[in-house]
Amino acid sequence: MNNVKRLAMLGITKEYPGCKANDDVFLNIEHGEIHALLGENGAGKSTLMKMLYGVVKPDAGTIVWNGKEVSISEPAVARGLGIGMVFQHFSLFETLTVTENIALVLGAEAGNPKTLAARIKKTSERYGMPLDPERRISSLSTGERQRVEIVRCLLLDLQLLILDEPTSVLTPQEVDDLFKTLKQLTKEGCSVLFISHKLHEVTELCDSATILRAGKVTGHCNPKDETSESIARMMVGDDIAISNECRRAVGGEVFVDIANLSTPALSQFDIALKSINLQVKKGEIVGIAGIAGNGQDELFKALSGEEIHRHSKAIKFAGDFVDHLSPLARRRLGMAFVPEDRLGRGAVPELDLRDNALLTSFDSDLVKHGFLNKANITALADHIIEKYKVKTAGNHDAAESLSGGNLQKFIVGREVEQEPLFLLMSHPTWGVDIGAQVAIHQAILELRDRGCAILIVSEDLDELYKVCDRLGALCDGELSDFLEPEALPLVKLGQWMAGDFDTASTNVESKQGVLTHD
Amino acid sequence: MIKLVARGQASVKWGYLSPVLAVFLTLIAGTFLFWGLGKDPVLALYTFFISPIADWYGITELLVVAIPILLCAYGLALCYRASIWNIGAEGQLLLGAVVSSTMALQFVDSTSLWAMPLALIAGMVGGMICSGISAFLNLRLNCNETLVTIMMNYIALNTLLWAVYGPLKDPNGYNFPESALFGDSTLLPILFEGTRLHVGLLLVLLALVVVWVFMSKTFLGFQIKVLGLDKPAARMAGYKETKLAVMVFLVGGALAGLAGAVLVTGTTGQLIPAISPGYGYSAIIVAFLGRLHPLGITLAGLLIALIFMGGEMSQMVLNLPRSITGILQGLILFFLLSCDVLIRYRVVFTLPRFLSTATQGDK
Repeated sequence: MNNVKRLAMLGITKEYPGCKANDDVFLNIEHGEIHALLGENGAGKSTLMKMLYGVVKPDAGTIVWNGKEVSISEPAVARGLGIGMVFQHFSLFETLTVTENIALVLGAEAGNPKTLAARIKKTSERYGMPLDPERRISSLSTGERQRVEIVRCLLLDLQLLILDEPTSVLTPQEVDDLFKTLKQLTKEGCSVLFISHKLHEVTELCDSATILRAGKVTGHCNPKDETSESIARMMVGDDIAISNECRRAVGGEVFVDIANLSTPALSQFDIALKSINLQVKKGEIVGIAGIAGNGQDELFKALSGEEIHRHSKAIKFAGDFVDHLSPLARRRLGMAFVPEDRLGRGAVPELDLRDNALLTSFDSDLVKHGFLNKANITALADHIIEKYKVKTAGNHDAAESLSGGNLQKFIVGREVEQEPLFLLMSHPTWGVDIGAQVAIHQAILELRDRGCAILIVSEDLDELYKVCDRLGALCDGELSDFLEPEALPLVKLGQWMAGDFDTASTNVESKQGVLTHD
Repeated sequence: MIKLVARGQASVKWGYLSPVLAVFLTLIAGTFLFWGLGKDPVLALYTFFISPIADWYGITELLVVAIPILLCAYGLALCYRASIWNIGAEGQLLLGAVVSSTMALQFVDSTSLWAMPLALIAGMVGGMICSGISAFLNLRLNCNETLVTIMMNYIALNTLLWAVYGPLKDPNGYNFPESALFGDSTLLPILFEGTRLHVGLLLVLLALVVVWVFMSKTFLGFQIKVLGLDKPAARMAGYKETKLAVMVFLVGGALAGLAGAVLVTGTTGQLIPAISPGYGYSAIIVAFLGRLHPLGITLAGLLIALIFMGGEMSQMVLNLPRSITGILQGLILFFLLSCDVLIRYRVVFTLPRFLSTATQGDK
């Protein structure tokens, strides 16, 4: 062994009360390679990353950096070694400019703002991520914000860049740009540690992969030799389904009919909806793609009744206007919804699963003369836990103690069990592992086949291509046309997501270049 | 070094232990306080906390003091569970007392069976008017409920003063700012001969049960809990926020108003300016010390009532100023809020930095 590895994590163990997050984990990263770290939610990826970045200390094991054993006690030490990390949730100040944000992190190293701005401009252009240093973060798109985070790392003497699910917030075109940047970085000898749920990206981009399951390493592979399925199998183990059979459906009569829905922007950071037209039929799944912050929230709240636009007449359920109706009245017309934020909107963090089952299922024989029927509530909670395979110690667990994926299964189960006529979902499987994703998709598909009208708003294009019967995109409050997924090439959907709607020759183009998605 | 480390989940155990620890720390602080004032701490503590309830009469007096505090605190607990920071129980109590007295004075010479119930209901209406105004300002005009309810306290207090100096002043009262004495038909019956303990106690027990059942067994109580914990979830689920908020405001006002009515018809038998030595404010401490749970509140209410009595006792026996009552109440709230950190955080004792690096270097 003559070559010194960029990084070797040897026998890393970290135990939290009640769970071994990492158990004797080995991870090797070579110079100039893109290494994927794969695993389901709760497999221990974030814990491992946090130890590498100095946020958490390992209980046992050593970290060898460029051949020397190091102790990374805090993020500043990691940065000093040349380790940069881009978190899933950006840590940027909206009201400050790009330069100011970067200067805040660099501290004394930032130097004169003028020279820093010049450095930012030079570095960003060199890696194909042009940035205007003087712009305020609030005016940047999500993709541009990510660039700020990456450039911030690049300004250091970067040797390892850690990216936590970087593509979940990007349009397909932006993903391509990011991959180009990463490849250029590795050519210069920088290593990249890439965490993602999207396996086709991993097979396309990465040179090697380490797979974690329940805190242990379950495999190493070269993703280029593997398929998405074979990697998924290594992640979840043998006994869990990793795919659904998805048949397309056409749907019956129109249930939700939105005509010319326009809403004003309520504040500076809100988006105005611009004459939205959309129909959802009984027994079909309609998907709306789009980068977060393009009006999804506003559309969702207008439909759910969380924001009521009393004087408009734009939304019909089963032929009747519902614009003036409260969320409760809309629920009683047969609507159910799964909001984007699980904790704090979909479920009350401090309350246990029984109470969270009651939260929206109160019309399911759980309340009699205003009094709670505790036996029925417990039965319903247990039923949801069992049927949707929610991993939990029991119905007395607080919602906040469940992992994201498990809580999401519970919430989806709770809404689906009400047998709604119209189900509105926002990012139904965001950050959810494969096993849970399959379970959630299965529940949605079965509900559709029972005649429910389903509308999914999501950033996850794989998901939308997989389950939707018709697909469109939302950009800056405007809605595109809708096409069957098979007739909608990814490139075109990407253009729609970027707001480029005027591609008139829709039908001609879509005949060619049809994209098959697993 | 002392470090606070976040717990994964809020500790249930410390939820209960924190008030106990707070009371314990208050006693320690109280000891130093008495010692600093030049009194024998043991004697002072005995005078303050034991002597007021050393006999049966003392215990009934304790209950008499606790009755209005508890009525206010149950109502406040409902508001606080809904995350509505109603500080206005004092004002609602005072206005309840004024309206109740107005009603009672209509029955001075009457023997009607309706006199007492009507006086109580009038008190509740008075409290509801006071809290209803706060609710309107808060929910319709978007004013901060804490500020609005505090300001209503002053309005109510001045209404009370206006009433006893003006329209409700006893014409035969030698110009004292007091109402006439109520007729017997209006007064709350005494429960035990030779004491001042009146049927207000039964009203407290009734309120205890009703509020407890309401909070834990009804869907409305559940909705209030969700509203208080997580507003977006309540909205998502389709709960009617405004209606729920109005309801807890009004129920809180009714209970505080009832406390005012019970004070005038049970304890004093007339309307006087100093009808409440701040019971409505103490009820805030009681609600939190009792963890917003009816049973906990009942225990906390008895403790605070004891501090009220202890304050008077130490004034008489030890010649200490009465403000000692306020100091001890403040200390309890102060320690409680401090101890509540332990619900979400663990205390970890570590070696100072230079020592711990030294020991690591030895390895």
